[in-house]
Amino acid sequence: MRTRRTPLVAAGAATLTVLAACGGGSGSGTDAAGDASDDIAVTASDSACDVDASSLAAGTHQFTVTNTGSSVTEFYVYAEGDRIMGEVENIAPGVARSLLVELPAGEYQTACKPGMTGDGIRNALTVTGESAQLSDDEQLQAAVTDYLRYVGSQVTALQEQTQAFADAVKAGDVAQAQALYPEARKYYERIEPVAESLGDLDPRIDARENDVAEGDTWTGFHVLERDLWATGDLSQAGPVADQLVADVGDLVTQVQGIKLQPLDLANGALELLDEIASSKVTGEEERYSHTDLWDFQANLDGSQAAVQALRPAVAEADPDLATALDSAFAATQAELAQYADGDGFVLYTALTPEQVQGLSDSLNALAAQVSQVPAAVAG
Amino acid sequence: MKLSRRDFFGAAGVGAAGVVALGAGGIASSRAAAPADQGTTTASGAVEFHGAHQAGITTPAQDRLHFVAFDVITDDRAALVRMLQQWTQAARRMTRGQDAGPVGAVAGGDYAPPDDTGEAMGLPPAGLTLTIGFGPTLFTAADGTDRFGIADRRPDALVPLPAFPGDELVPAISDGDLCIQACADDPQVAVHAVRNLARIGQGLVGVRWSQLGFGRTSSTTSDQATPRNLFGFKDGTDNLKAEQTATLDRFVWVDDPGSWMHGGSYLVSRRIRMLVEVWDRQGLRDQEQTIGRTKGTGAPLGQQAEFDPVDLSALPATSHVSLAHPTNAGTAILRRGYSFVDGSDGLGRLDAGLFFLCYQADPATGFVQVQRNLRTDKLNEYVQHTSSALFACPPGLAGEDDWWGSGLFG
Repeated sequence: MRTRRTPLVAAGAATLTVLAACGGGSGSGTDAAGDASDDIAVTASDSACDVDASSLAAGTHQFTVTNTGSSVTEFYVYAEGDRIMGEVENIAPGVARSLLVELPAGEYQTACKPGMTGDGIRNALTVTGESAQLSDDEQLQAAVTDYLRYVGSQVTALQEQTQAFADAVKAGDVAQAQALYPEARKYYERIEPVAESLGDLDPRIDARENDVAEGDTWTGFHVLERDLWATGDLSQAGPVADQLVADVGDLVTQVQGIKLQPLDLANGALELLDEIASSKVTGEEERYSHTDLWDFQANLDGSQAAVQALRPAVAEADPDLATALDSAFAATQAELAQYADGDGFVLYTALTPEQVQGLSDSLNALAAQVSQVPAAVAG
Repeated sequence: MKLSRRDFFGAAGVGAAGVVALGAGGIASSRAAAPADQGTTTASGAVEFHGAHQAGITTPAQDRLHFVAFDVITDDRAALVRMLQQWTQAARRMTRGQDAGPVGAVAGGDYAPPDDTGEAMGLPPAGLTLTIGFGPTLFTAADGTDRFGIADRRPDALVPLPAFPGDELVPAISDGDLCIQACADDPQVAVHAVRNLARIGQGLVGVRWSQLGFGRTSSTTSDQATPRNLFGFKDGTDNLKAEQTATLDRFVWVDDPGSWMHGGSYLVSRRIRMLVEVWDRQGLRDQEQTIGRTKGTGAPLGQQAEFDPVDLSALPATSHVSLAHPTNAGTAILRRGYSFVDGSDGLGRLDAGLFFLCYQADPATGFVQVQRNLRTDKLNEYVQHTSSALFACPPGLAGEDDWWGSGLFG
């Protein structure tokens, strides 16, 4: 959590709303464009990603992703520079989920991510046909729409994972709760600037003990982190877990009506990197669990999602910056990937000072590029 | 819904934004009035950035120092060269008392980070000099790789210093790929300069270590009074001076026509912790016998005035002046050190001392020779060397289009 920035949402923002998924088995990438006439089957196993189409006509398409593997998977449709056109998170083994995505003519890639890590199993997807040239304003509006869709998918996953985490806490299952803690948090960390713009939700969900003013009650993830790792005492955790689920529910509701400006995306992308620099790369965020690298990855993902949404506008304003952003994100991702361990990461406490330095250097290089995005977008 | 980043100009009445964006105007970017008389230092004046040698070596020693060593964290030679060119532009501007970038701290758009950090707004040039040096690891990294294709351009003289008895060196605050020595008569001006260069280099260089110095401990011209170090003694009485051009040519400037270092100099930095609490318990006579000068006037022992010739027969053979004196050391170096106090050491003592800087034509016949001769120095009891570095400082820049490293990389 952080408190020093001004709220993300500016007055007089564009009137675009998140159309978040409405629970159940439907995909999180619902699109305002409406129904698609087709349904492209995607079979996602642990080692393959079979997409039942490699070329499509421009327009809105529905993908139905069936996880036939043994680990939880995700499905993405990427445009150039890994700009996310649509994605479904958290597809459990045996489950099928669908995704609606509007694709103008162009070259795309689909990706399944068994284990929800890495670049995923990629396939090329060519979309042909008429595709109107967007005006600058339309381009930026599309960026906001893309990003809001991403936010919608993240809060949906956050709600599901937080519920599972809270259930484990209340069942007194420490091992399961410890395993779910960083998984649930990543969906929050990816969209933290949005949550920070919504009243006191961020402190309720993500405050650390020293963030709480005297007389206020400390609530949220980090209380449970302390209980799970430091004290091992879950006897008082039930109401905290319930409150967390309620607060995340509030977040999901409030996100539905949120309005963002293109500049909010650019500033949010930089804020997420600043978050890493100020509290993750220092190991301060997760002082009991030391799962800071999960947060690092999530902040990085969230920053990249916002920048990718803006990428067409950035590429038009400053092609060199667009290319530099691509490679800087890739470099930081590669630096972080060295510390991947199974489906997650090594603990922060396992890093040597030289390794922390390497992460910090790479992050600074990335932030220097991302700090140029707001001006490029503002034009 | 594109937003205008030029609102500021309209509001401020500066008018045509494009003019400033092109860097044509000094209006928005000039921090203070340009100095009338370049090439000399006054309390607030500017020191000429260009010349046969880099400024900041024989320039009359300013009062304040911010020294910084960088690790280069990219392997991209072109990116490093671009950064050095950007650094040169910024350094040229800042030594003139201007903002680091052509737009300035407050004249730019609302959404871009300013190209100057702003803390020097309203301050004069303050005699700022910025001196760059290249460390051995720039040429060949610690793991042996030739990252920038310049391993074969490393001068023979640029080899890591040997270990000296009594060294307590901390690797994390030693060495470095690049260094910047920022000296000014106002500490904020020196810090501003270092900070802006670090900002410009973000992603390409990382600050490895940095040192503030608050009081010069050497004079580098004859008309400067000799300052005192934290032992309370005058320091640098017999230092090389800017007026001694023949001696400087022999001992300070590299004479190697055709080489990129011709006209440059080698810089040795040593952070010398002074155990001041221990020193302060010593009697005056013992202090004077340790140094080899009187504490009051600074006269060599057995003499009357500071600049009287040193009579080595009147000094204890293990006194600091006796061992360090050119007569005994057989060589000379240009000293340019600063006192520092970096807080406390956790044992109730000041973490204080001398950030020793010296320039020479060849470290082997300069600092190394002098320091080896100090093996039996009585002063060793009161000092610990905690940081060490060596840098090759290229010659000065020829003109507005020249840049730091043009000889090495060009």
